[in-house]
Amino acid sequence: MNDHNIPVTEDELHAFVDGELPPERRADVEAWLAAHPDDAERVQSWRTMAEMLHARYDGVAQEPVPARLELERLERRPRQWLYGAIAATLVAFVAGGTAGWVAHGAANAPSTFQSFTEDALDAHRLYVVEVRHPVEVPGNERDHLQAWLTKRCGWTVFAPNLEASGLKLVGGRLLPGPNGPASFLMYEGASGERFTIYTAKTESGATQMRYAKEDKDGSLFWADRGVGYVVTGGADRDRLTRVAQAVYDQAEKNGG
Amino acid sequence: MSAFRQSVEAMIPALRRYARALTRDADAADDLVQDTLVRALRSERLFLGGDVRSWLYTILTNLNKNRRRSLARRPQFMQLTENNPDASGTEAEGRDIERALSTLVEEQRSVLLLVMLEGMSYREVADIQGVPIGTVMSRLARARAHVKASLEGERPALRRVK
Repeated sequence: MNDHNIPVTEDELHAFVDGELPPERRADVEAWLAAHPDDAERVQSWRTMAEMLHARYDGVAQEPVPARLELERLERRPRQWLYGAIAATLVAFVAGGTAGWVAHGAANAPSTFQSFTEDALDAHRLYVVEVRHPVEVPGNERDHLQAWLTKRCGWTVFAPNLEASGLKLVGGRLLPGPNGPASFLMYEGASGERFTIYTAKTESGATQMRYAKEDKDGSLFWADRGVGYVVTGGADRDRLTRVAQAVYDQAEKNGG
Repeated sequence: MSAFRQSVEAMIPALRRYARALTRDADAADDLVQDTLVRALRSERLFLGGDVRSWLYTILTNLNKNRRRSLARRPQFMQLTENNPDASGTEAEGRDIERALSTLVEEQRSVLLLVMLEGMSYREVADIQGVPIGTVMSRLARARAHVKASLEGERPALRRVK
C-alpha cells in the first residue's frame, strides 16, 4: 500500500504511544521506528517518562483518603456564625456604655467581622493550650508589655485588670494581623480556664458587639475608633460577656 | 448514597494523585481536591449527566488556575533540600521527574499529567482545558520535549546560548 510510504509525523508518534493512532496505521509506525533509531529512542523515552510518573505518584492514589475529604464531612455546613444578635445579657452592657460608643457599624460587612474573629480564634486556640510558652512577655512585666505592644501596634494597647472576674494576666505577644500587627493578651483563672484579648486595626470605626461561637470557644467582637477587639473564652456566654464588659469599660477609661 | 455521589467518591484517589503531581505539595493538593469536591457536591443539581470524571478534573484544573493566580501575589516557599546522592534509585528518579514537572508551564504540565498519568484521551483533555485537540497535541509534544531535556540534565531554554 502506498500509505506505508507516507512519512510518520511527530503527532503520529505521540498518538502511537498514547493509543490514539488509528489501528490501521500502527504497523506503519512500528516499521518506521525500526528504521529510524532516533525516533525509536524518543518514543522509548516517553514510555520511561510515563513509568517514572506512575512510580512517583500512583502511591498517592493508594493512600487512604484523609478524613477531611470524606463527602459526608464536606456536606455539613462549614462554620456557623451568629451575626449581630446581641444577647439579652448584653443589652445592659450596651446601654451602660459611654455615649461615644453607640453602634454606627450595624451595616458592617460580615466578612470583616468573620475573618477578624477567625484570626483571633485561631490565635486563641493555638496559644491557650501552650503550657510552657503561651506568651512572649509575661504578665509580671505589665508596663513593659503595654509599652512594647503599643509601640509596635500603633494604638494604645492596654492590659486590663480582670481580677474582679477572677482572671490573672499571663502575658502577651505580638501577632501578624489582617492589616499589620495585632496584639494578643492572655488571662488565666484559678481553675486554669484561659481568656484572650486580641486587638488589630480594622476598617470599621465602631460596631456593635457581636457574638460568635466555634466548637467550644466563644468570642465577642467589637470595634472602636478603628481598633477591633475580640475577647475569646469558653462556651459560657454569660461569663464571657462579663469579661468582655470589663475589658470594654477599662479600655474606654484608658482612651482605648 | 446516590449514584452521583458514588461516582464522585470513587474518583477521590485519582484526583488526589493528579493534584499532587500538579502542585507537588501534599497540603495544597488536598486543599484543591477538597475545594473540587465541595464545588461538585454543591452543583450536584446542575450536573445533567455525562462524564463525572472529566467534570471533576475540569473543576480541579480551573481551581488550580485560580490558586496559581493568587499564589503569584504571595511569598513563595522554596524547597531547601537539594539532591541527596545517597537516595535510592526510585527516590532519586521521583525527585527528577518532580523537578522536571516544576519547570513546565501550567497548561503543559496539566496536559502531560492528564494524558500520561491519568490516561485521558486527547478528546477528554481538550474538553477539560476548553481548547481544540490540536492545541492539546502541541502542548503535549512541547511538554514531553521539555521534560525529556530536563531529565537529561539540559536546560532547553538556555542550551543554545553561548
